[in-house]
Amino acid sequence: MENNILTIRNLDISFTTSSGSINVIRGIDLDLKKGETVAIVGESGSGKSVTVKAVMGILSNNGVINDGSIHYNYLDDHGNATQRDIVGMRQKDIRKEISGKRIAMVFQDPMTSLNPTMNIGNQIIEGMRQHYKTPKKEARAKAEELLSLVGIDNPKKRMKQFPNELSGGMRQRVVIAIALSCDPEILICDEPTTALDVTVQAKILELIKAIQLKTKVSVVYITHDLGVVAKVADYVAVMYAGRIIEKGTIDDIFYSPRHPYTWGLLSSIPDIDNFEEKLYSIPGNPINLMNKFEGDAFAPRNEYALNIDHRVEPPMINVGGRHEVASWLAHEKAPVLEMPASLKRRIENMLKEGY
Amino acid sequence: MRKYILKRLGIAVITILSILLILFLMLELMPGTPFNDEKLTVEQKVMLEEKYGLDDPLLVRFGNYVKLMVQGDFGISYTLQKNMPIAKMLKPRVEVTMTIGLQAVLLGTFVGMILGIIASLNHNTALDTAASLISVIGVSVPSYVFALGLAYLLGYKYHLFPILYNPSNPGISSVMPTIALSMFTVATVSRFLRSEMLEVLGSDYILLAKTKGINETSLVIKHGIRNALIPVITVLGPLVVSLMTGSLVVEKIFAIPGLGNLFVTAIQVNDYNVVIAVAFIYSILFISIMLIIDILYGIIDPRIRLAKEGEH
Amino acid sequence: MEVRFLENDFVRSYKKYSSAVEVEGISESFSKDVLRRFTRNKGAVIGCLSIFLIIVMSLFGPYINSHTYKSIIIEHSSLPPKVPVLQNIGIADGVIDGRDIYLEKGFEDIAYIFGTDTLGRDLWTRTWVGTRISLYIAGLAMFIDMIIGMSYGLVSGFFGGKVDIAMQRFIEILSGIPNMVIVTLLVFILKPGIMSITVALLIKGWIGMSRVVRAQVLKLKEQEFILASRTLGTSNRKIIFNEVLPNILGQVIIMSMFSIPNAIFMESFLAFIGLGLQAPLASLGVLISEGFKSFLVFPYMVAIPTIVLAILMLSFTVMADGLRDAFDPKMKEM
Repeated sequence: MENNILTIRNLDISFTTSSGSINVIRGIDLDLKKGETVAIVGESGSGKSVTVKAVMGILSNNGVINDGSIHYNYLDDHGNATQRDIVGMRQKDIRKEISGKRIAMVFQDPMTSLNPTMNIGNQIIEGMRQHYKTPKKEARAKAEELLSLVGIDNPKKRMKQFPNELSGGMRQRVVIAIALSCDPEILICDEPTTALDVTVQAKILELIKAIQLKTKVSVVYITHDLGVVAKVADYVAVMYAGRIIEKGTIDDIFYSPRHPYTWGLLSSIPDIDNFEEKLYSIPGNPINLMNKFEGDAFAPRNEYALNIDHRVEPPMINVGGRHEVASWLAHEKAPVLEMPASLKRRIENMLKEGY
Repeated sequence: MRKYILKRLGIAVITILSILLILFLMLELMPGTPFNDEKLTVEQKVMLEEKYGLDDPLLVRFGNYVKLMVQGDFGISYTLQKNMPIAKMLKPRVEVTMTIGLQAVLLGTFVGMILGIIASLNHNTALDTAASLISVIGVSVPSYVFALGLAYLLGYKYHLFPILYNPSNPGISSVMPTIALSMFTVATVSRFLRSEMLEVLGSDYILLAKTKGINETSLVIKHGIRNALIPVITVLGPLVVSLMTGSLVVEKIFAIPGLGNLFVTAIQVNDYNVVIAVAFIYSILFISIMLIIDILYGIIDPRIRLAKEGEH
Repeated sequence: MEVRFLENDFVRSYKKYSSAVEVEGISESFSKDVLRRFTRNKGAVIGCLSIFLIIVMSLFGPYINSHTYKSIIIEHSSLPPKVPVLQNIGIADGVIDGRDIYLEKGFEDIAYIFGTDTLGRDLWTRTWVGTRISLYIAGLAMFIDMIIGMSYGLVSGFFGGKVDIAMQRFIEILSGIPNMVIVTLLVFILKPGIMSITVALLIKGWIGMSRVVRAQVLKLKEQEFILASRTLGTSNRKIIFNEVLPNILGQVIIMSMFSIPNAIFMESFLAFIGLGLQAPLASLGVLISEGFKSFLVFPYMVAIPTIVLAILMLSFTVMADGLRDAFDPKMKEM
């Protein structure tokens, strides 16, 4: 617990809609350690974005945090070690003390994340002026430095330009520059490369990695792309239907996954080396959380389900070190089940080739 | 950008010519117009012939007519004020109408903006519904209904404001007409701004600004209002139309010596020259304002401004 | 968390994935969807009912009593409204400034629900006949606008190219001419009457409709089912009627709804500035114009037709708004 900066416990969130209340986050525990990169993986609707929005305090108006805590350990303005529970904080205070200043966010779509009528320079210095009252000249100088840092040429010219004059990749770099402008400790990236071309994707990921090396910022990545996870993460949390169903170090997840859903995710990555096998996909669709259900949310689609999976929701079970699984298969009473053969083979090949 | 302006200008010119053509044809073909009136005396006939070249071929006559109108020579009034040059009659009236019109636009836009912004910030509350109700009424109910209501209640029953316009006391006696005239503007601007603000406030870049830690006030003003305000110019077109039609009735109800009142009276006494002259002035005003709005919009929105420049 | 384990809990269940688990949203037909959205909009429903009520009144109202719209009983001139039931509460009791006019003139046994005008004509009858005429003019104008606008938009959009450019240029120039000027001039020239007013409304009324129709046609042209029909050799005319028309009908109906309040207003506006129907014909505009002459003394004369007019315009606007939202909640740009 010592070098945790973010400690999420029992987070439970519901949304009120015209058709009733949906429980979208159903009890999440997650830790972020200093300097670490955590990836949260899952399908659309699994709740990954909602989780980080709760951390940033930008949950939409119809969202309610029913239970849980998000404890943030940091040094306050006078240098004292503090811990605050973001769940209890007022929006005003979150924006004053945490947003931008200590935790910053990068959104998915660079085309819509920037204010179309404000020039780039002003959008970057806005945060600095708000939080630190940085004098304009100084702020502008820093903004130009940041633009160079994120790999944008001719910063002086770019400062005066408007977002519609830049390409998608460049806009995303600007968004990253904005996020870094107040020297945050934590950077949250919500699918930062999904809306970009494949070639640009790789560059952005490299950029974030380089920045991390330089500034020692801790990063949380939201993604549905396991390829991205493999490239950037130290620790991985897999989410399904509002719960974390497996979490562990990147080696744990990629080399010894224990949850059938994780097996499914890994199996569905196309494998160039294997020509014969059909591309695997998990049958069915993610569950509709509006409907009541019993037991494990994944059970209906789980070919490895046990009887108890249809009755009782599995608890998080520790299977070694920081590796935990929410599956009855990890229980001492459960039969030992191996991951699908094709997956096993693939992992063995990966190990052999030294990934 | 220049191409855009030139194109708009060209169309404006052609439209004015078309209007002049219509007015010209009216004079030529209608019985009882100064060109055709059997009751004209010999001297009047001679004067007309000289001025308008009544014996020249059609096209030449038209060209002549255009020249005269464009220079502001609208002939003389026959019925309203015998032999008075119309241009002279128009000047003070145009001033009165423009003043009240401008007051109405300013009042309407200001109040409309406040209503719209408040409604959007209190989305789905009673305040929002109330503001929406006012908007719908302001947009659907004609200005003379408001004028009548105001004149009766505030003017007659409670004696708050004078019912009839008094040129020597233009301030207070123009209060009710200005309010009546501005209702449509209030309603339209508030409706529009509300929907624009809601769209802007729900946008990704506002969300990003929140994560930057920007406080609520800056958010609403610097990011919200600034972006929502730009498209308001597009609404100005129908506003000008409503002000024009509104001015006719409001001026009649409050006995205001403006352009609208002149138009109505001239129609009632069949003074063709005056009717045509006022119709022409109204058209010119309308076309010029629309032209300015078009050009302004191109300049203000950086997305359009820069996109056009990028084409060079 | 205490869990009681059952005997065969930790045995594989081998349940096959069944899509019965998924509850799909009930899909409805498009028209049911539209109806549902429309009825949810309280304002629109109220507007619709008001219009219906007013139409019914305009058709049957005049027959409630024996007066006609032009029957003059000069002794009964300028009597305020007196409604038999309401008068007991103090509304519409035939009293102006504390004086019971009916009593004064010795008419205790008669009652005019809306009162009378300065010539002793029954305002109840005149109002409803007037509403009939206003609605007639608005309806006629809307109908012809629809035909002209649809045809123009269809031809312009469907044939495209030079034809389209020329037709759109014409519209651009025509739009530049202020409506008020054109309408007023026309009625001035043609001398006021039902037909001349209707014609004046037509000059620019169709433009909005044609724009919407053309936009829809352009959108549809790109879609594949048109291409499919063409490949099968269907004639242009058939394509227009069988494929394009059904798809634009929704928009057309909505645009027509929107044009009605404008037509009603224009007619009343013309009457107010002296270019309305001639007496003794009554339209709402004529009634308002006449009532205005004595509006400080007898406010009811102008108030009643004004209220009917305001309700009509409000109801049509709200209903049209509701229709538009019902057809396509995203279509706010009209």
